[in-house]
Amino acid sequence: MHLLKDRGFTHAAPSEITPRAVYDDRRRLLKQLAAGAAGSALAGWAARDALAQTARPNKLAALAATRSAVPGAVTMEKPTPYADVTAYNNYYEFGTDKADPAVNAHTLKTRPWTVTVEGEVKKPGAYDIDALLKLAPMEERLYRLRCVEGWSMVVPWIGYPLAELIKRVEPTGNAKYVQFVTLADKAQMPGLRSSVLEWPYVEGLRMDEAMHPLTLLTFGLYGEVLPNQSGAPVRVVVPWKYGFKSGKSIVKIRFVEKQPKTSWETAAASEYGFYSNVNPKVDHPRWSQATERRIGEDGVFNKKRPTQMFNGYEPQVGQLYAGMDLRKFY
Amino acid sequence: MNKLLLLPATKPLLFALALGPFAWYLSGALADTLGPNPAEALLRGTGDWVLRFLCLTLLVTPLRTLTGWHALARLRRMLGLYAFFYGVVHFLCFAWLDMGFDVAAILKDIPKRPFVLVGTAALLLMLPLAATSFNRAIKALGAKRWQALHRAVYAVVLLGLLHFFWMRSAKNHFGEPMLYAAIVALLLGWRLWRHFRSPAAAVTQARAM
Repeated sequence: MHLLKDRGFTHAAPSEITPRAVYDDRRRLLKQLAAGAAGSALAGWAARDALAQTARPNKLAALAATRSAVPGAVTMEKPTPYADVTAYNNYYEFGTDKADPAVNAHTLKTRPWTVTVEGEVKKPGAYDIDALLKLAPMEERLYRLRCVEGWSMVVPWIGYPLAELIKRVEPTGNAKYVQFVTLADKAQMPGLRSSVLEWPYVEGLRMDEAMHPLTLLTFGLYGEVLPNQSGAPVRVVVPWKYGFKSGKSIVKIRFVEKQPKTSWETAAASEYGFYSNVNPKVDHPRWSQATERRIGEDGVFNKKRPTQMFNGYEPQVGQLYAGMDLRKFY
Repeated sequence: MNKLLLLPATKPLLFALALGPFAWYLSGALADTLGPNPAEALLRGTGDWVLRFLCLTLLVTPLRTLTGWHALARLRRMLGLYAFFYGVVHFLCFAWLDMGFDVAAILKDIPKRPFVLVGTAALLLMLPLAATSFNRAIKALGAKRWQALHRAVYAVVLLGLLHFFWMRSAKNHFGEPMLYAAIVALLLGWRLWRHFRSPAAAVTQARAM
């Protein structure tokens, strides 16, 4: 090696440096290898890692997605088995028992399906579900789901940030809140005969919550389209709030100026607040929220696990509530 | 019917039958066949059985009086003890599965949640009844005092109902508690009616029987 001394720094002789043309050629060769026969095995490996992380149950139509790169969007925890995710649901439109929706939701017709966007937006309109499916690239996200009743799951959802849709409909300066309206059709939903809640089911978010990158407009789970009992064909998933905040089978998204009243607030405002952020320190009036039971994982005799602030999403969403009294705004 | 009820096998048979739900839940818990949330299934299931056994216990006297199957009386103690047994199991499910036997957490939790407090009160009220259920206790107390004490079962069942209603509060979802309330209303209403109807009528009826 020919070395030239230069005030303590060692330079390679120009003859030792790989000529640009040769270097470029090598890169090209490597790329070709990766794309070609020699690389196909490795490429497949990479694709598998980037695409379907969770084995498909092969029950419904596939929904392709790439694993999300959004911070906090992919927990390292074990996904709850598909059988439990789809057999233990609170979806009162199909019955109040958690086993009811899986039995009754087959009557839900998910095509044709339109989501109406209205209120304080410059571009209101009716979006066909198939257009919504193509609106933005699908991401797979592994979220914790904490139910207000004290149990939790880990679900591999598929969707894209709700913000993608919100940006396209251009909210006006008056849009402070977003309201989500669930389908209420007696012909398809036997649970509507009961007056357990006021129908249709309505939920809402503050605008900054709705725009947060973790708020997911969701179309699938476990690599496939949503099962009916999980809120097909499109729902919202807000992972740092109790599950009931994430409206299912959405037919209307309304942008409003005043904080909308949710179905659960109408039923019992003292028990279910508008925010309903997961918070181990603020108990439900009738039970503690300090711990939770992970469905399909914690055995019946296991001690319950501690619940995390904002369901473990505090680093991502904590600043949304800076300075707020979370006991008052429960 | 009375002869059937007096058969030596009747009591053991009832004992085994009444143990059935417990055996079913226990085997379900061990074999993990109680669904996605077995702890919840156990907690709710055992609670249901407390109310069912309380109703059965309260059914004995009206049924005996209306049908003349007086031998039913010898089964009442077992039914009542089973109500207490399922109450204890129900409480253990709460203390163990829900609270992980964390005594400090349980003590903090009970007064904070009124429906838990009501349920606990009902169970505690059953304790002296279970403790004085054997023959020697009846003798020691004297029939009158024993009977007065055991009228506490009316309070137990009403507290149990309140516990159930309170658990379901907030949701307009009272179908099941309403059903139990209707049954209890019938059982206790019949007693009230008997108590308040004219003594003369009671005497004539007693003579007629």
